[in-house]
Amino acid sequence: MSLYFTREHEWIRVEGETATVGITNHAQEQLGDIVFAEVPEAGRRVSKGQEAAVVESVKAASDVYAPVTGEVIEGNQAVADDPALVNSDPEGQGWFFKLKLDNPSELDGLMDEAAYRDWVKTL
Amino acid sequence: MSREVHNGPTDETQARGTPYSGAPDGGAGTGPRPLDKLPLDEWHRARGARMVPFAGYEMPVQYEGIIAEHLWTREKAGLFDVSHMGQLLVHGRKVDAALETLMPGDFIAAADMKPKYSLLLTDDGGIIDDLMATRRGEDFYVVVNGATKHGDITVMENRLPGDVVVDHMKEQALLALQGPRAAEVLKTVVPGVRELSFMQGGPFNWNGRSLWISRSGYTGEDGFEISVPAVAAADLADAIVADELAKPIGLGARDSLRLEAGLPLYGHDLDTKITPVMAGLTFAINKRRRAEGGFPGAMRILAELEKGPIEKRVGFEVDGRQPVREGALILDGEGTEVGKITSGGFSPSLQRPIAMGYVASHLADTGTALKLEQRGKLFDARVVPMPFVPHRYHRKGVA
Repeated sequence: MSLYFTREHEWIRVEGETATVGITNHAQEQLGDIVFAEVPEAGRRVSKGQEAAVVESVKAASDVYAPVTGEVIEGNQAVADDPALVNSDPEGQGWFFKLKLDNPSELDGLMDEAAYRDWVKTL
Repeated sequence: MSREVHNGPTDETQARGTPYSGAPDGGAGTGPRPLDKLPLDEWHRARGARMVPFAGYEMPVQYEGIIAEHLWTREKAGLFDVSHMGQLLVHGRKVDAALETLMPGDFIAAADMKPKYSLLLTDDGGIIDDLMATRRGEDFYVVVNGATKHGDITVMENRLPGDVVVDHMKEQALLALQGPRAAEVLKTVVPGVRELSFMQGGPFNWNGRSLWISRSGYTGEDGFEISVPAVAAADLADAIVADELAKPIGLGARDSLRLEAGLPLYGHDLDTKITPVMAGLTFAINKRRRAEGGFPGAMRILAELEKGPIEKRVGFEVDGRQPVREGALILDGEGTEVGKITSGGFSPSLQRPIAMGYVASHLADTGTALKLEQRGKLFDARVVPMPFVPHRYHRKGVA
């Protein structure tokens, strides 16, 4: 298992060909109270950089981009039903969707956990 | 994740999305001019506030979280720092009659120490700002919005006669304590405030400092607005939050509270293209002023009072859970654009999205079903009466 992070404050947990995607703790802190989440349905194809999910707090609406290209295996119904889960457990139960990776080499160049946490401190 | 839309009270810098980006200065370095600091700047930071640019100031948007702060204010007492707002003292010969040439309020008959809601108008009846004006003896104490205060002062100075003077009380801070327990909290700090009724003010003394306190606010709850010398503001704020019923509340919750209360926010729900009649603020124009006119845009405003405006400000209940925000389009059954949303968001008290906006008057009746369009997605919405959450002001004769 490997964990990657983007500059758009998403995390990607990769196990074999499957990538689980969510937003980071920093992202949920910046958004504040999350009141709405929309996750993609299984079977939808998403390309790297394309909007795949929506997250809205009291103050702001944001797209969650697909950090890599692939086919959605599952959207997390739990966060659609209870969006506050993204606040309480952003990097665990509050994941947004799982993808089957088309091209694992797209992960090259993403940050690892230490690099991301260091980078966030500079923001 | 990309940040797309913010709503509520924002200034230009905030609308670009900087305040949530994690830059500790809210991206202030890229702004057109440096941000001012509130007298309570340190006080907010010491209490964990997240500061964002608003109305040219660094202001606390939230402390523990907007929803918790919002609900706290509806149940207990919330302390807001609104020192960015402009506090003006207008004085001089026949100041009441002079103010009537700029605004549709009845200032000649205004009773002493009774705040009146009024509007600074353009020559064609558009709203330059909304404000509270209170006769204090020979003077009028006027509180205007923060983002518009410098423009307001210019308008007043240009249009008032030379013997009427506008003093900007820059040395004063302004606090608001709002909520059903506000009177209980404030009376232990400033005895006597409980005697004020809604929309009544008076001078008070606290630790040798002069305060001006009115029973008023912008949350729909009972509460007070307190003008205090800036040098004493932190001590007074400490004394208030020493009561466990009171907590500091940020401007994020201030926005969701005023939205639930159906109260328009200047720069969003009100601007120079909107008249008081379109905005549903006709209570601010009394019988004498309607009969006599004599305020900017009187011809248009009196005609709208008689025949009805082309568009009206209305409230919407939105189906589903997703907030529909400022800028969303309002569509009729045929998909034709009939208006725009000017404020909208998730109501913490009602746990659903609510919004307000302007629609063609024939579609403004309660119960009218309309569609809202935001980022290519359609939402079902119905026109509902405002306020969304009932006001609980402190009326005379009520315990």
